[in-house]
Amino acid sequence: MTAAVAGDGMILRSVAHIGRIAIFFAEMGVQCGRVLARPSLVINQIYNAGGRSLVIIMLSGLFTGMVLALLGFNLLQRFGSEDALGFAAALALLKELGPVLTALLFAGRAGTALTSEIGLMRATDQLTAMQMMAVDPLRYVVAPRFLGGLISMPLLTGVYDVVGLFGAHLVGVQMLGIDNGSFWSQMQSAVSLHDVKEGIVKSVVFGFICSLIAVYEGYHSEPTAEGVGLATTRTVVASSVLILLLDYMLTAAFI
Amino acid sequence: MTDEIIVDVRDAHYSVRGRTIFSGLSLQAMKGQITAVMGPSGTGKTTLLRLITAQIYADRGEVIVFGENLAELNSRQVFAMRKRTGMLFQDSALLSDMDVFENVAFPLREHTDLPESLIRNLVLTKLNAVGLRGAAELMPEELSGGMARRVALARAVVMDPELLIYDEPFVGLDPIALGVILRLIQQLNQALGITSIIVSHDVNELSSIAHRSYLMAAGTIVAAGTPKELAASQSPIVRQFMSGDPDGPSPFHYPAPELSGQFLADTHATQSGGGA
Repeated sequence: MTAAVAGDGMILRSVAHIGRIAIFFAEMGVQCGRVLARPSLVINQIYNAGGRSLVIIMLSGLFTGMVLALLGFNLLQRFGSEDALGFAAALALLKELGPVLTALLFAGRAGTALTSEIGLMRATDQLTAMQMMAVDPLRYVVAPRFLGGLISMPLLTGVYDVVGLFGAHLVGVQMLGIDNGSFWSQMQSAVSLHDVKEGIVKSVVFGFICSLIAVYEGYHSEPTAEGVGLATTRTVVASSVLILLLDYMLTAAFI
Repeated sequence: MTDEIIVDVRDAHYSVRGRTIFSGLSLQAMKGQITAVMGPSGTGKTTLLRLITAQIYADRGEVIVFGENLAELNSRQVFAMRKRTGMLFQDSALLSDMDVFENVAFPLREHTDLPESLIRNLVLTKLNAVGLRGAAELMPEELSGGMARRVALARAVVMDPELLIYDEPFVGLDPIALGVILRLIQQLNQALGITSIIVSHDVNELSSIAHRSYLMAAGTIVAAGTPKELAASQSPIVRQFMSGDPDGPSPFHYPAPELSGQFLADTHATQSGGGA
């Protein structure tokens, strides 16, 4: 009985939390339309969220591609089909590793930065000061950062995929001696637009989730050092879990 | 100077998580006057400012600003009211990603379509008034506390507000900066006729510039009058606050068990633990 009551309480709290996020998104969504009239605000945030994540994304993409090539070569060699390495690496990167790893890295780098920045603005009364100057922080602070994250994620995923393929080519063709023509032609003939579409849809969905969680947690963090720290942790944990959960659901939907 | 009431708080009640902050608080700020709200720390002075600026709403009672009941305004009307109001925050609250110039220019850029040359002139004029025209390109983290307060004051007045609200404007200022801020508040009031509400516990500074003072304690106004009237008051709580006595109706100590009982109990527990 007690466990049942506790379970009900947890479900109610979860539903209430989702409801609060939905209301927050609706309020911010209205402001997103207005922010698009001032593209400089969004462009700055694309630079902050996307541009500043480029190095870590490119490094991770390069090493992921290189590891993929090593593993793929080792596996495909057993079946005498190592020429399919380009195709295997491209599929793994475009459909799965590109969107998922980019999103996880984005949540850890840009998501935490967004949460802590907005949280600190809350803690130092900057958001209140804006409200007192009759400027809605949802329009000036939150919406541009959300849009910046949303736009950055597919672009970063594209960069990750390209650099990952370069890494796979580097190891597969330059180091392991796979034929250059086979590497690219197998990829070109086997990878379909459907596979590319899956990667794009995933990156947009992950970008939406990561950015929404980051700005929501920052905006609602307790205005203390501990509160901002906890909100930052919640951003990483919630984003990571949701990315993996949604990845499974989207992969299932695209099969 | 007229008798028009700009801010009228009527019998306000407000509680947070079961703790009563205001229980029947009433005060008025008259047009063109400097109204001081004094009181010991923790009596809800800053909360009162949040009430007046519609950041929070009274559980009971009315808060009327510029003749309009804040509880009846929608968010657009609240923003319109705030455009007529300037606020100086206790910790300045400068926007950390903008330099001093952009901080002061921020309200102008958001609410007006003034040409850049005019914005520049207005911002530099306000910065010159607070003595920081030369600091226009500094970032907030490069400013001392007093400088940040002066920049925040320039920002608060850049839209020429009708009502200016100061939250603890004298805290942490050196004597020079304090004198400058005092003179600025007086000048703004006298030259532009700005109605001012100052929340502080600095009795001497406030008494030198305020037209009317209110003393807050225990969630309500316990005394009101001109600074001279408060100074001459025989009310025990007014006397205690004005002279800074630790003993009086307003306790210095937060409620706690008897000192001797608590210390003896701790000593006894230590001895029992040691003997066991």
